[in-house]
Amino acid sequence: MALLQIAEPGLSAAPHEHRLAVGIDLGTTNSLVATVRNGISTVLNDIEGCALLPSVVRYAPDGSVQVGYAAQAVQSDDPQNTIVSVKRFMGRSLKDVGEVGNLPYRFVDAPSTGSGQAPGMLQLRTVAGAKSPVEVSAEILKVLRERAELSLGGELVGAVITVPAYFDDAQRQATKDAARLAGLNVLRLLNEPTAAAIAYGLDNAAEGVYAVFDLGGGTFDISILRLSKGVFEVLATNGDSALGGDDFDRRIYCWILENGGVSALSAHDTRLLLTNARSAKEQLTEYPQTQITAVLGGGDLVDMTLKREVFYEMTQNLVARTLQATRRALRDAKLKVEDIKGVVMVGGSTRMPQVQHAVGEFFGQAPLNNLDPDKVVALGAAIQANVLAGNRTADDWLLLDVIPLSLGIETMGGLVEKIIPRNSTIPSARAQEFTTYKDGQTAMSIHVVQGERELVSDCRSLAKFELRGIPAMVAGSARIRVTFQVDADGLLSVSAREMASGTEASIVVKPSYGLSDEEITRMLQDSARHARDDMVARALRELQTEAAQLLDAVENALQEDGDALLDEIAQARIRGSMDALRAVLQEEDQQAIKRAVEALNSASTEFAQLRMDKSVKHALAGHKLSELED
Amino acid sequence: MAISLTENAAKHVQNFLAKRGKGVGLRLGVRTSGCSGMAYKLEFADAVDSEDLKFVSNGVTVLVDQHSLPYIDGMELDYTREGLNEGFKFNNPNVKDACGCGESFKV
Repeated sequence: MALLQIAEPGLSAAPHEHRLAVGIDLGTTNSLVATVRNGISTVLNDIEGCALLPSVVRYAPDGSVQVGYAAQAVQSDDPQNTIVSVKRFMGRSLKDVGEVGNLPYRFVDAPSTGSGQAPGMLQLRTVAGAKSPVEVSAEILKVLRERAELSLGGELVGAVITVPAYFDDAQRQATKDAARLAGLNVLRLLNEPTAAAIAYGLDNAAEGVYAVFDLGGGTFDISILRLSKGVFEVLATNGDSALGGDDFDRRIYCWILENGGVSALSAHDTRLLLTNARSAKEQLTEYPQTQITAVLGGGDLVDMTLKREVFYEMTQNLVARTLQATRRALRDAKLKVEDIKGVVMVGGSTRMPQVQHAVGEFFGQAPLNNLDPDKVVALGAAIQANVLAGNRTADDWLLLDVIPLSLGIETMGGLVEKIIPRNSTIPSARAQEFTTYKDGQTAMSIHVVQGERELVSDCRSLAKFELRGIPAMVAGSARIRVTFQVDADGLLSVSAREMASGTEASIVVKPSYGLSDEEITRMLQDSARHARDDMVARALRELQTEAAQLLDAVENALQEDGDALLDEIAQARIRGSMDALRAVLQEEDQQAIKRAVEALNSASTEFAQLRMDKSVKHALAGHKLSELED
Repeated sequence: MAISLTENAAKHVQNFLAKRGKGVGLRLGVRTSGCSGMAYKLEFADAVDSEDLKFVSNGVTVLVDQHSLPYIDGMELDYTREGLNEGFKFNNPNVKDACGCGESFKV
């Protein structure tokens, strides 16, 4: 059977409707995916147990796409088709990127979206054709989505994706587009420093100003955040887009060249020594000294001892550059070091003791570092995604805004199926599956309604649209997934998707439009007053729908096989029962409808049996049957 | 009869409760819904209700409401890993018929 997770009190999901949501850290160097499971935010590993997915995508000549370690391994063999650090190009035109001379890619300036408009996003020419950064990022997100769906055993209802605090609208939109292309529903884009602060639970901490110090593989970002009423506001950001752990590796590499008497290296030797430099750096976080040993291509042996103090000294000015940027950020925010209530460390490079020490000294307080700095952004994004998907009670979370009245759709018989219940915090996203009512049904009308009552006629109609192109199937076998999403601005978008063919239709409405507080109050009071009537009405409508479906089925059967299998008397008997049911169908008398349904069922039992025999015979000896019919 | 947890399941529950920072134990139950009749409820419990029945297995407190007990009496809760997915498994002797995935069942 399915494996279950522990839910918060009162929030167990209905079967097959688990609100699976993930947080994704789409990084320049590495990407991660995390989720909240059994109340704990955890990073999801791949099949080999690795949490990090290198943000590297390779388009191979055979048309396949490699992502992660596989692409990274061939990076230097196929540099033009292996895209690294694509995040730097998101939402950028060729002009924005500037110096592209030292990058191995063949850039294409995308056509402008119209005359006199800003140039479009740049593209990269690969063996698989021109690719936009959105498409490349989508490949990374796709791998993470698949990993998450395998790990969680189901389809995701949505994802929170993190972006740098300084990303502008074009870069944010590009990130959203990449997610959509990867088949992810974006619940919200979250600033990376905010995600890190959430992972440390600072959103529940005292109000105040916090600093997030993020030193990654190739970039450094410092953000100053103010927390007030549970909302983080970015006061200032600063940083260096060309400063990260790689620079520390390069310092060790240069030290090896200078002090080991090696020179004129092949590309292979350079890579080998850089790898050695990197592991030496990691060793020095734990040990006071480390041994660097390598055999070069020409047979030369490198065997050296690197002491922590020497490493600190040669990287001193790198650390100093991070502090300069930090000072600038504080100045921009018009704050002093003493105003900072807490410091959060993000990025693998903050593990280095000299960085920890320098930051602690600068702020005059020990930084928060007990969460894995590589994972902290993804962990925070997952916590946010879990809340947005509706897996936490509202009182655990500061109520920003709520949906005043439930949102749902009309189902057969004029009944309302609620999809987002009232008082859900926004933004919010929910999905539910529906099916067809008639054999061969190829279209479905989606009627979006708002209100607490059971009948559509008592609710407020918001919008109507049609999903066409459903493949013809037996009634009840099509799977149509209807997703409701209310964004932070209260905008409701509803989409319907037929799961087998992928046909989709959607609409956007503003649900609170035109409703005054009095109207909302009246609608709520009505629903409480009519609770019992509504229940009876629902039962009646369900019964009527069921009866109508039965009439349809019998009618179809009679048209197909009536004359072949039944004599006139038997047919007349069934017709009689059908007429009797039709006569009471629109009455309000539940008992009468029930009796008529039962009567029709028993009158048609024998006919159903005969049809069954016929189809069995047909399956066993088709030819003979056709001869008989002739 | 009673409800029990395997040692492994108990270890995980205790870990989850400790990290969550609050809660008196687990709440197990059933409710009507799903494609095959009944569905399981598995939640953290923050308080004991007056009509709860209480079991203790491998150090974990399990609360079950009286209406649910007949459907799950004798059940053993296990924690397993299947490929990349991991979670709790219900070994329920009362189940006669379940839907394909086992998320809902009939007794």
